Amino acid sequence: MESIVALLVSGILEAMQPTNFIMIVLGCTIGLLVGAMPGLGSVNGVAILLPITFLVPPTAAIIFLAAIYYGAMYGGAISSITLGIPGASTAVATVFDGRPLAQSGKADRALIAAAIASFIGGTISVILFTLFAPPLAAFALKFGPPEEFALMVLAFATFIGLGGDDIPKTIFSILIGLVLAAIGLDIISGQPRLIFGDISGFLHGINFLVLAIGIYGIGEMLWTLETTKGDVTVHKVRMSARSLMNNLRDIRQYIGTTTLGSVIGYFVGTLPAAGATPASLMAYGLAKTFSRDPDSFGKGNVSGVAAPEAGNNAASTGSMLPMITLGIPGSPTTAILLGGMIIWGLRPGPLLFSEHPDFVWGLIGSLYIANLVTVLINLAFIPVFVKVLTLPFTILAPTIYILCVVGGYAPTQTMHDVWLMFLFGIVGYLLRKLNYPVAPAVLAIVLGPLAERSLRQSLLASQGEMSIFVERPISAVCMFLALALVSYPVIRKFLNKRRSNGG
Amino acid sequence: MAVLCALCSIGLMVKSAELNIGWIEGKGPGSGAWPFWLSAGMLLVSCLTMYRWFRGITPESRSTELYITRDSLLVVGISAGSILFLLVATHIVGIYFALLLFLLFYLRFVGHHSWLLTVVLMVGIPVFIFCLFEWALKIPLPKSFTEPMFYPIYDLMYS
Repeated sequence: MESIVALLVSGILEAMQPTNFIMIVLGCTIGLLVGAMPGLGSVNGVAILLPITFLVPPTAAIIFLAAIYYGAMYGGAISSITLGIPGASTAVATVFDGRPLAQSGKADRALIAAAIASFIGGTISVILFTLFAPPLAAFALKFGPPEEFALMVLAFATFIGLGGDDIPKTIFSILIGLVLAAIGLDIISGQPRLIFGDISGFLHGINFLVLAIGIYGIGEMLWTLETTKGDVTVHKVRMSARSLMNNLRDIRQYIGTTTLGSVIGYFVGTLPAAGATPASLMAYGLAKTFSRDPDSFGKGNVSGVAAPEAGNNAASTGSMLPMITLGIPGSPTTAILLGGMIIWGLRPGPLLFSEHPDFVWGLIGSLYIANLVTVLINLAFIPVFVKVLTLPFTILAPTIYILCVVGGYAPTQTMHDVWLMFLFGIVGYLLRKLNYPVAPAVLAIVLGPLAERSLRQSLLASQGEMSIFVERPISAVCMFLALALVSYPVIRKFLNKRRSNGG
Repeated sequence: MAVLCALCSIGLMVKSAELNIGWIEGKGPGSGAWPFWLSAGMLLVSCLTMYRWFRGITPESRSTELYITRDSLLVVGISAGSILFLLVATHIVGIYFALLLFLLFYLRFVGHHSWLLTVVLMVGIPVFIFCLFEWALKIPLPKSFTEPMFYPIYDLMYS
């Protein structure tokens, strides 16, 4: 315990280094802006801006990206409340009560509650993260290739079982991500694979960033353009120091539900696939259930704004836990962070704690600082962020397209990748219109090479016996859980059918 | 769409099968095995989606809404078309001039912004991109035949 405190202090000091601190402030501000724009969330910001972070050392770069992630979670509430459109899918639940509050002229109250609740959610989850990460990493050190593979199967199974999307389509999305990751030189034999039309550009494989920027930059922008048609109405926000003080007194009203929401959010966040959106919805549901006045929810109850905001912030920290300790991302955004870390030569997983402790604790320390910085920036500049929302789409859209194009070009410096990215953007958009979930594909392309390697290493060790995955206890448990998760929707459907037949 | 996906999966399976998809004695699975079985899975789930569409289980198959309405086709088409133009133009006149044309089109003719704003952003964004990538990140962006026009700037940057 004492050692954790000592490491944490050194991590916070590391995060306070001038470069790192500047990156935190910059990241939080950009994150708030990105989060506040309707349709754009943390994943879009992180995907589009990752190529730019090659400017700074890896630690500062990942701190910057983590700060964007953090800021975007706060920022999502801003457009949920003032526009009635969730700034990101994670802030959907904030609309339920945030919108009515804004309509009755209390937008400032909702915005402040959202910021404070996010801060509480962030703080609780960061503390939980600090407590859970080292033991989990120590435990994960025992993992060999079969366990790693089983864990990845489990991660994909959570998408199928808990994702809530059409199951065959989810599986398709996972598989296509894995196949795309297999393009290029084979990792074990060195043979070129799936080189379409002998185009040399495929030899170096498909960088996950190409897919991520294509889907979350171009595809998402097209989707947002279609759904909003570019026109929005902003509610006026009046802010003053006095209203800030008055609204701070509200805290007593929602502190209980917020704490509960944070804890739930954190644990939901650690599950791959679940992530921040269901976490915030669950927190909202709980707040309503435990409220003395459940009827006021949906009509402008401050707790209804606070609980989901605490939930989604806690979940975003929670999803970092499996990414850092096991190398399995808990959300699309952390999948992109993971891909970034691999580019910087840092292999996330249990070894990271023993091999790069300064990096890990610097990152954890930065989460504490980022949390504090974001709430201050957020409270101080709420009017500015609201102003940003009035930026016309015809300026925002081309700027983002340009960032996508140059960002897609930068990592490998071939136009081949830019064309591929464009193609993925269009295909991603079309698939999304048909309710194909795209997040599993991004996760799969990041995990693809790792999954294939651990599978083949395991099979080499066992001489082709598939039973290796059930003979070792840890991997057997993971496989069993994965099986249970996959069959869960089927069983539930079956039970529902029986019940409806019986009744 | 599922039909397309299924066709795509078959294509991938054939492509993977060019390599050894079986077990090589003493060496483990051949390099084509992993993508082969993955694409086989893709084919399977695509067929499942087709079946579900046929039976009308998925909400998409029952929806009578048009897949793409006229309005959204216009909005999305303009965006997609202009990015396509940006990429083609990059091959011909290099990225910086392509950006100028792209921004001119988008801001002035799609967004109907004032000439002042259009020109400011038209010049400002490429200059910002140049500073960020060429100068700070040292990543040269494609310039095609306009490359010689940048020599004086290189002289300034690296002297």
